[in-house]
Order: sequence, then C-alpha cells, then structure tokens
Amino acid sequence: MSEISEIAIAEPLKVETPLHRFMSDFADNKIALVAFFVLLGIIFIAIFAPVISPTDPYDLAKVSIFDSKLAPGTKSMDEVTFWLGTDTSGRDLLSSIFYGLRISLGVGVLSGVIALCIGSAIGLMAAYYGGYVDTLIMRIVDIQLSFPAILVALILISVLGKGVDKIIIALVLVQWAYYARTVRGTALVERNKEYIEAASCLALSNNRIVFRHLLPNCLPPLIVVATVQTAHAISLEATLSFLGVGLPVTEPSLGLLIANGFNVMLSGLYWVSFFPGIALLITIVSINLVGDQLRDVLNPRLQK
Amino acid sequence: MSVFIIRRLLQSVVVVAVMSLIVFIGVNIVGNPVDMLINPDADQAEIARVIRDLGLDRPVHEQYMFFVKNALQGDLGKSFVFGESALKLIIQRIPATFELAMVALLMAVIIGVPLGVIAGMRPTAISSRIIMTGSILGFSLPTFWVGLMMIMIFAVTLGWLPSTGRGDTVSVLGIEVSFLTVDGLRHMLMPALNLALLKISLVIRLARAGTREAMHQDYVKFARAKGLSETRVIMVHVLKNIMIPVVTVLGLEFGSLIAFSVVTESVFAWPGMGKLLIDAIHNLDRPIIVAYLMIIVLVFVVINLLVDILYSVLDPRVRLKDAGQ
Repeated sequence: MSEISEIAIAEPLKVETPLHRFMSDFADNKIALVAFFVLLGIIFIAIFAPVISPTDPYDLAKVSIFDSKLAPGTKSMDEVTFWLGTDTSGRDLLSSIFYGLRISLGVGVLSGVIALCIGSAIGLMAAYYGGYVDTLIMRIVDIQLSFPAILVALILISVLGKGVDKIIIALVLVQWAYYARTVRGTALVERNKEYIEAASCLALSNNRIVFRHLLPNCLPPLIVVATVQTAHAISLEATLSFLGVGLPVTEPSLGLLIANGFNVMLSGLYWVSFFPGIALLITIVSINLVGDQLRDVLNPRLQK
Repeated sequence: MSVFIIRRLLQSVVVVAVMSLIVFIGVNIVGNPVDMLINPDADQAEIARVIRDLGLDRPVHEQYMFFVKNALQGDLGKSFVFGESALKLIIQRIPATFELAMVALLMAVIIGVPLGVIAGMRPTAISSRIIMTGSILGFSLPTFWVGLMMIMIFAVTLGWLPSTGRGDTVSVLGIEVSFLTVDGLRHMLMPALNLALLKISLVIRLARAGTREAMHQDYVKFARAKGLSETRVIMVHVLKNIMIPVVTVLGLEFGSLIAFSVVTESVFAWPGMGKLLIDAIHNLDRPIIVAYLMIIVLVFVVINLLVDILYSVLDPRVRLKDAGQ
C-alpha cells in the first residue's frame, strides 16, 4: 500500500511544469534564494507583528518612561530584555521595528497593487486603442517620468496634505506611469503574435482576448517592475515620513522611527535610528535582489 | 529642426500651464484658502475684507486668471512666516542648492568613473565584485539614513566634520558660495557626498558597461598592437569613449539631484531651497510651497527642453521619429 502511494506521489514530480522550471531557475542564484527567504521572514514579521513582538510599544499602560534611552541588551525593571534598546519614551525598539515594518510594508504593497491595477489598465487601453488615445496617454507618462519620483511625491503631498490615504494616493500617482509604460510596450509586441490572431479568429469577445490572453502574457515584465517599484515605494514612503511630510505620527513607519532617532542621535543614542534603518535596508535590498533574479529568470533572452 | 524646437517649446508651455492649474486647484479648491491665508485670530469683518482683497468671492476661473496674472508678474504672494515675497526667498536659496548639486555631480564623476573602469577591466576579479556590490548598496540604501550614519560617524563619534549648516561663505559676483573657503568645504563634504551617492552608483554602472564594451573594440586592439602602455590605452582611448554616455546621463540627472537635495538639505540643515520647502510644508506657509513648485517645475522643463534639443542636434533620428508621429 505504501509503495503504491509513494509512486503515485513521486511520478507527477518528474514532469517539468513551467512553475517548476521557474522555481529551479530562481534557486540557481543562492544569494537571491537567501534574499527570498529573508523577504518571507520580513513579510511574516509584518503580518504577525502584534503576536511576536516582545511588548506592545503603543500600549501606554505598559510603556514606562523609566525604561527610556536604554542601550541595546539591557533589561527593564520587569526583567524584559530590550535587545535593541529603547527610545526616548521607553518603547522597546525591536517591537517598534516590527510594528513599523507592518506599516511600511503595508503602505508600500497596497499602493503598489493599486498602481499596478490602474497602470496596467491604462497601458492596455493605450496599446489596444492606439492612435490619439495612445499618443495622449504616453505623452502624459513621458512627462511624468521626466520628473523624479520624489519631486512628484512632494508636489502631491503639498497639494493633498498629510494622512495615510493621502500618502497612498501620492505613491499610486507616482508609480502608475511605470506600469502603464511596461504593459503598453509588452502588449504592443504580444498583440501581433499568432495566438492573439487565433483568438480573434475564434470570434472571442474583445474583453476575453484582452484579459484572458493578452494580459497573462504581459505578466512577466510586470512582475519584475512590481517588485522593483514596491521597493521604491517603501523607500519613498520612508523618506517622506522622515521629512515629516509622510505618514502621521499615529502610524509610525520605519521612516518615522528613524526621524525620531535623528533628534537624539547627537546625544549619542545611536541605536534609536540605526536599527530601524538596518531593518529598512534589509527589506529594500532583499526585494531588489529577488527582483533582479526574477528579471534574469523571466527574460528568455538573458538565459544562457 | 525649428519645427521640432517649436513643438517642444509648446509642450513645455503646456506642462507649466497644467502644473500651475494643479497647484492652483490644490491650494484653492482642495484646501481652504481662507483657513490658510488668514490669521485665525482675525474677526469677521477682517475675514470678509481679506476674502474680498484676495478675490476669493469671485468665480473660480476668474480667480485662476488672477493667480496666473500675478505669477507672470513674479508675484506669488508673501510668505506668512518671513513676511517677504515668496519668490524672492526661493531665489535667495537657489545658489546654495545649485552649489551642492554641482559639487555632488563632480564627485559622482571623480569617484564613479575610476571605480567603474576598474570594475569593467577585470569583471570577474574580487575588487570588481566588491565595487559592484557597493554600487548595488548605493542604489538600495535610503539617502537620508546614510546621511544620518555619516553624521553619527564623522561628526558625533570622530568629530572630524561639522554636521549642519553651510559654514563661511564668500561673495562671488554677488552670490554667496562656500566652496572657496576651507570651512565651507568642510561643511560641504558630507552633504555633497550623501547627495552624490546614488549618482556614484549610477556612474559606476555606466562606466563599467562602457569599459567592458570598449575593451573588445578594434581601436583598443590597435592601440595595444601599436605598443602603447596599458595605462595610456585606458586613460586616453577607453576613457574618452566612455565619457560620452556618462556626461549625457549626468546632464539629465542634474535635475534629479536638485529634487533629491530636499532630503540631503533636511538631514544636514543645509540652507537651500529644499530645506525651505520642507519648513514651509511644516508651517503651512502656502505661498512658499506654491513658489517652490512653480520654480522647480520651470527648472525641470528648461532642463528637459535643453536636453531634448541637444539630443535632436546630436541624433537626427529623435526629431525624425517625433515628426513622424
């Protein structure tokens, strides 16, 4: 009995599915693989921050001012070890970083997903209709991309004001153009291929051709752009929050933690801004490494 | 050629007009100008008077025309905090920002090109790998955090360099500059390097790619066959050829340096226009924000226009493609 089930399980594994091949290609680069697992860890921390944090840094009943400005590794009066030290209000820095990752990653991913949907819809529209629609959309994209992201974000923030919703709107408006351009470029190439012609010959509806045939084939470059853009969005949000024009104090992202540390750094409390920065750095670097490897794996021209 | 320039000029005018509309809408329709422009302690009669003076009781399109008319005359309102013309305040801060950006640009070339050439000459050597890892880090590191770490190491721990301000300045042609005094240079070193970091990484990549390509070209083989020393081959023949893309890209990146200086200026308290903008956003000093946005859009539009025109002069395909659209 056991023999049969073993065979039954082992057999399908030998068939090389595209997903399988993709995974083994991806695992070729050991650094990217490590980055991938680090990223998984970060996502885990972000999701389960309230469960795994040693203390709740925003529960005023538990935070004690007597624990403030403790160096990394010191113990509090209740015998809780502050592995990364505490800030000026006596909050455990490690817990603050966990909560900060949750906010930074949340804002970055949410804005990325919205920008991806809007940008790809607009890009598909440009590629599909062509003509004046295409020219107009691509002119807007070109003009927006000729300004650096931080400047566009600052313009939007100074017009929109502060707040979580405002910063997400700003990040979406900064990013949509990258997606639109990528999707349009790929869709224009894919549109002329035989499978689209075949689908048209089958008299499938336009919607079906665009969303079931064209869009899935535009996905590989889109995935690469999405990873890189998410890293950018996280970095941009941190920068804006550091400047004090991003997320409000009630939503302390990593950028805000670093900004808080900046104020006390000159008195030698290096850890308050050092460790949140390291967390931000690890997040961005691991996303970028995964993105780089995805680009190599998903682009057939680069394969040896 | 002139058709191309006229088209581009028109496009630039449209961009500036659209920006002025967005800024106007942002200030006057999304936000409440009465709250922003009037002292909260003012009484009812005072509020009514200011609303009339600012034309806020008129229809929106008339208000916009009024805004445009004033803007064209160089009047973008008075700063609430300083009580001076917002435009004048911004223009006073421009030299500090431009000076910082220029030095950063220079640093990007001086540091980036040699490292890129070394990495390109022997792509598999350990030194090249270290340089390329450094370049990836340069792209990934958040600028503001690197700035903080620099202050922590060089200003707080070692005490070598000052962490804030511009230092001594001297007046050259009526413009205050710091790069001509020792104290000014000491103040400038950290912020300029911080601002340059991203561009150094970019230049390393460009120079490396250029060198790798150039090493297989016939002219390099010929130079070697002639018996020239390796130093001369690299320093004269290869370097000359890789500098073209580097200079082009850096020209394009100058605008982004000015935009990014907002971050660096805030970290190092450098008294440029970026710092002024952030302070203005904190103080809700709307006229300064409007003036900054209009000036920076103008700077960008001018840079993009110049680069486009320069490109079309250098590469006829650009203007032909544009005419064909």
